[in-house]
Amino acid sequence: MNPNSSWWDWDHAAAVLPSLLLDGFKITVLATVLGTLIALVLGLIVAIIRRSSPPLINAPVTWVVEFIRMTPLVVQLVFANLVLSQYINSTLAIGICVLGVHYTTYMAEVYRAGIDSVPTGQWEAATALSLPRVRTWRAVVIPQAIRNTLPALGNYAISMFKETPFFVVIYIPELVRVAQNYGSHNFRYTEAITLAGLIFLAASYPTSLLIRRLEKKLA
Amino acid sequence: MPENTAPTGTADVPHIEFRDVVKKFGDNTVLDNLNFTVSKGERVTLIGPSGSGKTTILRLVMTLEELSGGYIHIGGTPLQYQEQGGKRVRISDKRRRRTTTGIGMVFQHFNLFPNMTVMENIVEAPINVMGLKKAEAEAKAEALLDKVGMGWKKDARPNELSGGQQQRIAIARALAMDPEILLLDEVTSALDPELVGEVLAVLKDIAAETDISMLIVTHEMQFARDVSDRVMMFDQGSVIEEGLPDKIFSEPENQRTQDFLRAVL
Amino acid sequence: MDGVIGFIQDLGPNLQLVLERMPMILDGVFITLLASVLGAALALFIAFAFGLALLAKNVLVRGVARVFVEFFRGTSLVVQLFWLAFVLPQLPYPLGFQLDPLLVGVLALGLNYGAYAAEVVRGSIGSVPTGQYEAISALSLSPARGMFRIVIPQAWALMLPSLSNLWIQLLKGSAIVGTVTLYDLFFQVEQLRDRTGTWFAYSFALLAYYLIAWLIVILMNGLEIRAKHQIGRGPALKDSWRSLFRAPGSTPGGGRSARVVRDRSVAKAGTAGEGGLA
Repeated sequence: MNPNSSWWDWDHAAAVLPSLLLDGFKITVLATVLGTLIALVLGLIVAIIRRSSPPLINAPVTWVVEFIRMTPLVVQLVFANLVLSQYINSTLAIGICVLGVHYTTYMAEVYRAGIDSVPTGQWEAATALSLPRVRTWRAVVIPQAIRNTLPALGNYAISMFKETPFFVVIYIPELVRVAQNYGSHNFRYTEAITLAGLIFLAASYPTSLLIRRLEKKLA
Repeated sequence: MPENTAPTGTADVPHIEFRDVVKKFGDNTVLDNLNFTVSKGERVTLIGPSGSGKTTILRLVMTLEELSGGYIHIGGTPLQYQEQGGKRVRISDKRRRRTTTGIGMVFQHFNLFPNMTVMENIVEAPINVMGLKKAEAEAKAEALLDKVGMGWKKDARPNELSGGQQQRIAIARALAMDPEILLLDEVTSALDPELVGEVLAVLKDIAAETDISMLIVTHEMQFARDVSDRVMMFDQGSVIEEGLPDKIFSEPENQRTQDFLRAVL
Repeated sequence: MDGVIGFIQDLGPNLQLVLERMPMILDGVFITLLASVLGAALALFIAFAFGLALLAKNVLVRGVARVFVEFFRGTSLVVQLFWLAFVLPQLPYPLGFQLDPLLVGVLALGLNYGAYAAEVVRGSIGSVPTGQYEAISALSLSPARGMFRIVIPQAWALMLPSLSNLWIQLLKGSAIVGTVTLYDLFFQVEQLRDRTGTWFAYSFALLAYYLIAWLIVILMNGLEIRAKHQIGRGPALKDSWRSLFRAPGSTPGGGRSARVVRDRSVAKAGTAGEGGLA
């Protein structure tokens, strides 16, 4: 046991906080935002493909989506980084893509539930009006489907935010990695890791409250 | 009065007594200073437009709703609140439960427990509340199931049965507690029209064979006429007319009652 | 793309190597299974304890549970893991002890996913129809008996799909425990990489996790079918064994209406879409 140990040292806290916020948190937020954008767009594309393509395309897409969703993000990150780092020299870009693709599989499922919840009558009405297929999707189905899915999509965005620390396995200097680096350089982890956790809490809790309110409003 | 028996009405003490009862939901006053009594063995039907507070009365007796003001007495025993030194004091949940042991309720949507068989539904409370032995409780349940014509389905699960069958089982479940008071809350409203008859037939039998006090909310006016000793017409939280069923249904005095009956009959 | 070609060319020798290294790989599988099962057991315990506390009448109990749940949901799994592994040993007496890496992994996984699952338990219990509570009251059953004999068995069927998803999340999350020196499946398979190349080693790892995830899915599907049958909603397991192999989050029975009903119950169960993490 360390005789010099203390519960909390403000000097360490003050020393680590700027780099946590200015370096680590910045990257964490960047990764969350870009990863969410990727997942939002790809997820919708996947959901539409799964809804409207023949079994020959649908079956492999479904399987790949399921495979990505049921295997660890951590393994996918290390794998993709090793394979892609010879073509892309930004580990952060690779990390963001993997995070985005991983969550695409979740968001696709959310969109799919949203599309399924649009009543059959809406499709029938569009057919009765001889609306073209693309127009039916764009003007009728997607607007209604997305409204139902907003809270779930938002929840997955928060979830991505809290999973960015998995980036530690490919050494991207996001929030937790910065905290860990400070800890190992100074032989003092308490303030750095605790502050990292509190920053996560401070950012994710209000956001999830907002989404809960949105959920109530849309219900 | 012995500790574990529910209070009963006697000749001079009303079985159910509402004294200045007020019930509010938020700012909305549903019952405003309501006073009425039900004698031992009496069958009272509440009629009136929806939203007039009839169901709320039953739910107050079952302690499913909290009183906003006033008192309810069951066989002389205060149910939710009592007066103590000029103050209105809440009665503990445990004591409330002891009083309501003698009160049974049949719901509009049956509310059978889907995770239990028909038999388990019926013996659950007799075994765990009244302390009956399993064999006793089951024998009693079989007799009740036969009475409601559902003996052949005792091992089925509720979701496998029709609404009418479920409701007959719910009636048997309520009777298994030997209630002194039975509350019937629109028991046929959720049923397909062709299933209403079987449920009402069972209830008429029970009304004829027992002297259970009953408080009934129903839209089945013929049934109300057949079983009731008294009919109370409700509107906007108060009784606007009451009397013998023949009187109320044949020659109502109040204009609102006349309008209501013309609309539903 | 030489990676892929090499992958196919070396498949035979690589599989041979896997057989040679099988004892180590199995050690890793064992650790991953152990962490996932113990973590899930702890999570389930926390879920019920705190899920019920979230519904308590007492404001203090409810408040404490709410703070616990929000804290462990909000601070991220990796932070919790590192805190237990690196911070805890540096704290003064009476803390300041080093936990066994397995315990660190199980605690972090159990606390984090248990907090999410508590929300699922709360939501499922809350979505048991009020008529059931009223019937309990009308029969004068005690609240405790009503909860354990009537409400929880029905809520159990509602919460299983979400719990199944959370358990898979937990399994996937467990791949991070190598960072706190717990030598799990992922760690052991990474040791293969020098000899087999990246493509083979990592494909093997993903496939292994995929298979373990399917074991969880099948087990949880079985529990769900049984629970639904017990509340009279759906066939017995022996009549519907094929739905054991239903992918998580996919439509039961294939019908659109079935899907909507299911979505409603899941949405009521409180968490994102299909029991997601948020």
